[in-house]
Amino acid sequence: MEIRQAVREWVEQRIGSDVEFADDDDIFELGLVNSLFALELVLFIEEEFQVTVENEDLFLGNFNTLENLEDFVRKKLAA
Amino acid sequence: MWGELITGDTNIVEEGRDFVEEYVLGSANEWDEQGRIPLTIVDALAERGFLGATTPTDFGGRGLDQVSFGLLTEEIGRGCSSLRSLLTVHTSIVSETLVRWGTEEQQRRWLPPLAKGETIAAFCLSEPGVGSDAKSVTTHYRESDDGYVITGSKKWTTFGQIAGLFLVVATDGDDLSTFLVESEREGVEARPIPGLLGTRASMLSEVVFDECEIPDDHLLGRRGFGWEQIVNTALANGRYSVAWGSVGIARASLDASVEYADERRQFGVPIKEHQLVKRKIARMVARLKAARHLCLHAGALRDRRSANAVIQTNVAKYYASKVAVECAREAVQIHGAQGCHPNSAVQRYFRDAKVMEIIEGTSEIQELVIGTYAFKNLRALLDAQ
Repeated sequence: MEIRQAVREWVEQRIGSDVEFADDDDIFELGLVNSLFALELVLFIEEEFQVTVENEDLFLGNFNTLENLEDFVRKKLAA
Repeated sequence: MWGELITGDTNIVEEGRDFVEEYVLGSANEWDEQGRIPLTIVDALAERGFLGATTPTDFGGRGLDQVSFGLLTEEIGRGCSSLRSLLTVHTSIVSETLVRWGTEEQQRRWLPPLAKGETIAAFCLSEPGVGSDAKSVTTHYRESDDGYVITGSKKWTTFGQIAGLFLVVATDGDDLSTFLVESEREGVEARPIPGLLGTRASMLSEVVFDECEIPDDHLLGRRGFGWEQIVNTALANGRYSVAWGSVGIARASLDASVEYADERRQFGVPIKEHQLVKRKIARMVARLKAARHLCLHAGALRDRRSANAVIQTNVAKYYASKVAVECAREAVQIHGAQGCHPNSAVQRYFRDAKVMEIIEGTSEIQELVIGTYAFKNLRALLDAQ
């Protein structure tokens, strides 16, 4: 499955499939995630794509949109 | 019994049980009354490697998987909830978070002494005015030439009285960051808080930081990501521990109730012959087993590092803490007046159980989190594999 689609499906599951958002929308600004979401998102990325998220990876620009998440995963897989 | 679920050290449950039988069961009420765990017991716990149970072997730990560690936590919690709370803060909250997010240098420096129990760790999150709304901490940090300066007061710090290392949550006015602060640093003072309702021997304290200076390599995690990265990880770890500890209290309550109902005679027969006592026991058995299976499920997901582990741990903690309260309450009821006497362990279970509904997220916070999740993705909540 494409990276972006896999992430989208997980995010939709997590915040509710009735919520519409574009690939460049900031999912943290949708107002629909709780404080556990960031931790779950990191775990999902690690489990789904078999990568390890490090301290230095943690800035919002890697995780806030589907586009950025896809770029981040691609970089981790290429590293 | 749990062999197929355990991927690590299968002897750990027996080791925990032996430890509880030898060191804990005969003394836990005394520790409760005195409001402290003897340091010799902390040392004994450390000698067996329990304080570094989940720390990787490279750093001197036992490298246990989460399910095995959960079963060990149940055993310790069965003996003494205060002693279990040491595992919760030291091993689950601080050590495991350091394993997950510490730099290599921080891990090399701190994990070996933590695993050996040479240094005890505690978690400084709650404050006099900050509990469930934990993001609103007022303890402040600012940058200095060499690192950071922390000022503020923390409260309800479990084992703060003997901790050598605090994981401290502080704000710069905008975002939260977390720091590792040695208790011996100038500007750090731990003030005991005696006389709590439950887990009385967990040596709680208020911890005051007065212009405490720390080097910049004491920042744990990314600056400004203290909540999302460190606090969330630490509390998820702690919640898992509290869930298993609750199972331990329920187990102790059930064991005591079965034993007492067998011995105690009323109306010419042991009270176990009375149907209403059987009903109480049956309910305790069913609830205990249900709670334990929720914990096993959460543990298996945590071992897989699944995203689902987070919410399933909330469910396990929520339910297990309620089961602990119900089982302890029924244990006191079955014991009657004897169960209200300080010499009885069940009065301690009753008080300790109540604490479990409050720490690491109150039951009400868990209800909000789980209920909200259910409306978004009920299927994942129920079918998580």
